[in-house]
Amino acid sequence: MNAHVEKVRSRGASMRARWQNMPRQVRWIALAALIIFLYLLPNRWFYINLWYFRTMESDMATVLFETSFFVLLAVGLNVVVGFAGLLDLGYFGFFAVGAYTVALLTSPESRFDIGWPWLAAVPAAVAVTMLSGVILGGPTLRLRGDYLAIVTLGFAEMIRLYAARNEGIANGQRGIPEIPHPVPGVKGSDGQSLFGVVDARPYYWLTLTIIIFVILGVRNLTRSRVGRAWVAIREDEDAAQIMGVPTFKYKLWAFAIGAAVGGLSGALFAGKQSFINSDSFQLTNSILVLAAVILGGAGNIYGAVIGAFITWYLPEWVRGIGGALGLEINVAEYRLLIFGAVLIVMMIFRPQGILPSRRRAAEFADRREAAAPTEAST
Amino acid sequence: MTDTAPDTAAPATPPQREALLEVDHVTLRFGGVVALNDVDFTLYKGEILGLIGPNGAGKTTCFNAMTGVYAPTQGEIRFKGQRVSGRARHKITQLGIARTFQNIRLFPEMSALENVMVGADAHHKASVISALFRLPRFWKEERSGRDRAHDLLRFVGVERPGELARNLSYGEQRRLEIARALATSPTLLCLDEPAAGFNPAEKDSLLKLIRKIRDTGVTVLLIEHDMRLVMGVTDRIVVLEFGKKIAEGLPAEVRDNPAVVAAYLGVPTDAA
Amino acid sequence: MDFDGLLRDFPDLTTTGLEQGAIYALVALGYTLVYGVLRLINFAHSEVFMVGTVAALGTWQAIGYNQNSSINGVGLTLLLLFVGLAAAVAASTLTAVAVERVAYRPLRRRNAPPLAFLITAIGASFVLFEAVGLFSDNLGIGGERGPFGMVRPFKPNELFSIGGWSVTNTQVLVVLSALAMLLALDTFVNRSRLGRGIRAVAQDPDTAALMGVNKDRVILLVFVLGGIMAGVAALLWNVTYAFSRFDVGFLIGLKAFSAAVLGGIGNLRGALVGGLLLGVVENYASGLFGGEWKDFTGFVVLIVLLMFRPTGLLGESLGRARA
Repeated sequence: MNAHVEKVRSRGASMRARWQNMPRQVRWIALAALIIFLYLLPNRWFYINLWYFRTMESDMATVLFETSFFVLLAVGLNVVVGFAGLLDLGYFGFFAVGAYTVALLTSPESRFDIGWPWLAAVPAAVAVTMLSGVILGGPTLRLRGDYLAIVTLGFAEMIRLYAARNEGIANGQRGIPEIPHPVPGVKGSDGQSLFGVVDARPYYWLTLTIIIFVILGVRNLTRSRVGRAWVAIREDEDAAQIMGVPTFKYKLWAFAIGAAVGGLSGALFAGKQSFINSDSFQLTNSILVLAAVILGGAGNIYGAVIGAFITWYLPEWVRGIGGALGLEINVAEYRLLIFGAVLIVMMIFRPQGILPSRRRAAEFADRREAAAPTEAST
Repeated sequence: MTDTAPDTAAPATPPQREALLEVDHVTLRFGGVVALNDVDFTLYKGEILGLIGPNGAGKTTCFNAMTGVYAPTQGEIRFKGQRVSGRARHKITQLGIARTFQNIRLFPEMSALENVMVGADAHHKASVISALFRLPRFWKEERSGRDRAHDLLRFVGVERPGELARNLSYGEQRRLEIARALATSPTLLCLDEPAAGFNPAEKDSLLKLIRKIRDTGVTVLLIEHDMRLVMGVTDRIVVLEFGKKIAEGLPAEVRDNPAVVAAYLGVPTDAA
Repeated sequence: MDFDGLLRDFPDLTTTGLEQGAIYALVALGYTLVYGVLRLINFAHSEVFMVGTVAALGTWQAIGYNQNSSINGVGLTLLLLFVGLAAAVAASTLTAVAVERVAYRPLRRRNAPPLAFLITAIGASFVLFEAVGLFSDNLGIGGERGPFGMVRPFKPNELFSIGGWSVTNTQVLVVLSALAMLLALDTFVNRSRLGRGIRAVAQDPDTAALMGVNKDRVILLVFVLGGIMAGVAALLWNVTYAFSRFDVGFLIGLKAFSAAVLGGIGNLRGALVGGLLLGVVENYASGLFGGEWKDFTGFVVLIVLLMFRPTGLLGESLGRARA
């Protein structure tokens, strides 16, 4: 078993090495091609040629939108869990705060009835979410890992419970309807608003663009003193402090950035759905995003993207394949069950995820080696 | 003092020097255990001070108190006139105290260069926003940090800046730790048993390195067991036993001090 | 804030609080034991409890009872209680052991970092949660994640009343059972040889191993004990509420964990104190602010505790000093 695992691992390592050794032009071109592909994807005239790669049963554009904004969530959570090493189980709470902020600011049905346009509400939503991240993180980031996990879980549940109360500003299950779509003034080729109810493509493109910028931003951070600080904190927090790293500050920043991205996703969601209520924000979604990040490889941006893609797109795709084969496989319903099991299996066999950050893989390997002399075999 | 061979006693009157770190009648208790008992000495700017004593003498406790990890139960420790204890650890580093660890605590998965750059970051002012948007200040500091890290690695003699810290040899790792500590631009560098596990040749080059460091203007505090190294490199020595200071002075004086000999060898003083 | 309501309902709120708190306490014992020995928050424990409730209800259904049955006679009641208890304890214990074997032990073998254990715990919790929810229909316990209702083994009746404070038979049963189980567990941990092993591993696993204590066996024992406690709690839950659902574990689990922390994580008696206290405080809060705030209170207590006094009321014991 070990030999086989070693072979797969070294294959992965050599693939990575090959990619990095390719001349920069080639990598740029490949990346550009990928991006163009992604933008073209939701067009029916394009994906109809992709054979079974596309989802058969459900609307491809909608699935792509859902996937893309799940990817955004995963990238955000990855900053908190993967880079700073903080287990945030209540990540979805930030999503809720973002969505509700947008709803409250824009919808004529909300308590506030201020009637902002969606675009103006987005920065407000991000700001509010970041603030809530700081408020949550401030007192809790000093806690040990497991307590931090529970506290974040508790906070998210408290937000949901509060939102579920029917008399509060969040309006419970009745929710807040009539959230305006983004930029209703921009009209598409058919004279209707570009961001409408039926066509998910503009939302997908918007989210995709946002994802690209967020990834660029996070990449900038990881290749700077911030990224170094995060790694140092993960590897030896005490030593990091003694070397002058203000660990609390950077942990809080990770939290705030994660929160901001979560809030942004929430704002996008609200803009498309046009209606949100307390049912939209179940805890189980936090777990799903976590599973995506872990599966893909915590600490690796692209890992988070792939993990999110697998977690969201794959079940839909399988359902389609099943439909094409005449079978009724509603895998999407089993999503949580499957990915709960995935978490267990991954932690045992490949805790660094599919696309591990080089460091994380090594960290896990070190620990295994340390355990080896005292155990009979792995 | 820099060229003194170990067995030449050169009595010298210390010139009028500036006190850098003052251990002011410090007592440190852990529950019922008295780890430090009314310890009092001063560390002067520009010198290399050795802190020695048999096992359990309280050297590490004293060292930790001096670097702000423990707060004295009684008395005070002042650095540049300011109280050390009770500050956040990273602030102490920014004050100008840097240290290495007895059991090497590098960041194993970062390269040697990155390890040193973390130290260099201690005084950088670029904000997170600056890093996010790649503003000019970020680039300036990043570049200068990188250059400085390269320089420091060369200074301590680590040849492979891109190598992961965990893959370096033991000697390189020890020297890397020193480089990382130096990157924080300290006024005082505290070395915790830097020669542990070294062979005589390595100890020799470490000795030279410590002198080089002092020559750049950094004051050095050294805990060490190896007497030859201590005698060879330090300007003054403080000796602890059972939490009390039993001797302080020039290396030659301390070496011949009967109380010190007794502490280490455990024989009655008149049999020495 | 409804002070009058609180005062008026004070006796009821107190007795209900104690009753609910007793259930929290029993579940809390499972959390506190595992944490004391392994330094792990066993997220899946909430599902261990849930499985117990479902098993008992399922067994009652299998022998022919449903929501509309009527139970006549003490003998029948006792039979149901006995059968339900056996089913619940067996199911809970098996689940707990399965989680330990499948999810946690492989990680221990690989010397995984604490974060990995947490993540696996969450995964295990969700697998159980979803499995029961998705297959509720197949298991015959209420279609499509529905609630599973059942007749009560005995009707709750006022047993006695002290100066206007009415106390029902269920309440007495629940609280006494919790006390009895704590006593039994406490005695076991403090007086028996196996219990000594538990305490030894909690304080210093390596030395304990050197002294000949089989670490794996102790850990298994801890999970078994937790499972038994959860099984008893599950039966008591069924007696009190006569229904279950795939998601009852979540809230109960979180509250029980709060109770464990409140009393001092790792401290067995603390789990009892914490549970009872939390149950009562929660109910007072619902009297004061309205029923919808009850669950909210539980979370507030938890968060405030963890931030300001993580060692809890009675302090940590069982285990070593916190790192």
